[in-house]
Amino acid sequence: MSHAPELKLVPTPGQTVGPFFGYALPYDKDSELLAPGHPRSIRLHGTVVDGDGAPIPDALLEIWQADEAGTISRETGSLVRDGYTFTGFGRAAVDNVGHYTFTTVNPGPTEPGKAPFIALTVFARGLTNRLFTRIYLPEDTEALASDPLLASLDAERRRTLIAEREADGSLRFDVRLQGGDETVFLSYPRES
Amino acid sequence: MSQPPVGGQQPALDPAATMDSQEKLSGEIEAIGAEYAAAGRLETQPRLDYPPYRSSLLRHPTKDPHHVDPETIELWAPAFGERDVHPLEADLTIQHNGEPIGERIVVAGRVLDGDGRPVRNQLIELWQANAAGRYMHKRDQHPAPLDPNFTGVGRAITGPNGEYRFTTIKPAPYPWKNHHNAWRPAHIHFSLFGTDFTQRMITQMYFPGDPLFALDPIYQTIVDPKARERLVATYDHSITSHEWATGYNWDIVLTGSNRTWMEDDAQDEEH
Repeated sequence: MSHAPELKLVPTPGQTVGPFFGYALPYDKDSELLAPGHPRSIRLHGTVVDGDGAPIPDALLEIWQADEAGTISRETGSLVRDGYTFTGFGRAAVDNVGHYTFTTVNPGPTEPGKAPFIALTVFARGLTNRLFTRIYLPEDTEALASDPLLASLDAERRRTLIAEREADGSLRFDVRLQGGDETVFLSYPRES
Repeated sequence: MSQPPVGGQQPALDPAATMDSQEKLSGEIEAIGAEYAAAGRLETQPRLDYPPYRSSLLRHPTKDPHHVDPETIELWAPAFGERDVHPLEADLTIQHNGEPIGERIVVAGRVLDGDGRPVRNQLIELWQANAAGRYMHKRDQHPAPLDPNFTGVGRAITGPNGEYRFTTIKPAPYPWKNHHNAWRPAHIHFSLFGTDFTQRMITQMYFPGDPLFALDPIYQTIVDPKARERLVATYDHSITSHEWATGYNWDIVLTGSNRTWMEDDAQDEEH
């Protein structure tokens, strides 16, 4: 862990997103970091489930990622998409059966040798605060093996952070809020 | 886990909803509060596992979060700008053809990080019920009127000092199905981005003196009394304006940035 200097101010507590975000947070093309059907685009999708394995119909996911070259976008326009600018940010509400879809690109390594990943934030009714996690790509076996986070987890738990590549090139990543194969959620040095 | 419909009219909103009494719920809330006070350990964020909030039962992770040093992408937040949000979106009272019903209010404050630095040029989103306690959402079917002139959604980009200012209508309390006769205190949902993605948060702002605070399992998910008071806005007569709107001040502190800040960061965020 890096040195984490103490905070001067106490952070404001979080609260659940509640059930009624559905008319406020979703927006046109929110889950399309790239237009579907674009030659560069891939589908990232999966299901959000609770401790009984039941799909959650009122969850919202956000992703934030580098492009294929590992470049972090500083472009604006995530909320009003022009269809051409890759801003790296996306938001997707799950459907009635807990399923989400993003159209995006495979992220590249932001530093040589690093395992690329997509940063993911999870919000849901009944979830009292947001959760952070990471979606790693399955192919980068060497980089995955030397990734500090993945290396610190046992094999069973590590598996929950690595997406599955489907035959059509899609990435499949399920989020399990609770239970035996609960997704690994993250905390960062200077949270509170 | 699913329960029969409550009251025989509407389906229960939440499969975990119960017909437990407020007395039972308040007893659970009190017991957790007493146990927290006795433990002598400061908790400044909500508990993910808070049984009185019934829908958290199957939705809270059971394992501790895994501590990790943030990597490059996590050390930056998405960039937002005027292309994303028009300044008029901060006024929720002008989005339709007529005036919404209710008490017009201005909510203003600053967004700071844990080091006291202003969080500038970042997105704030808010959403809320109307003056009758009803959301413009198809699943909110409680018998209070919708207001055709009020949707209850606003957006803004924070200014150079992290400041924000919304004009809206004071929301009312509303019932929910967590337990029998459950009512939420009036609140406005706030969604915030910091300079790092690790600072992303969603919370709720409450109004001073609400009699429902002690009874509400969502507000009480923050077990520390001082910590949860941070969610209560202050009535501010200097924000109140003559013959127009009452004013509330609410400052928001995000967590600490994990990134080593450069002098040109501020400019970068402004492009």
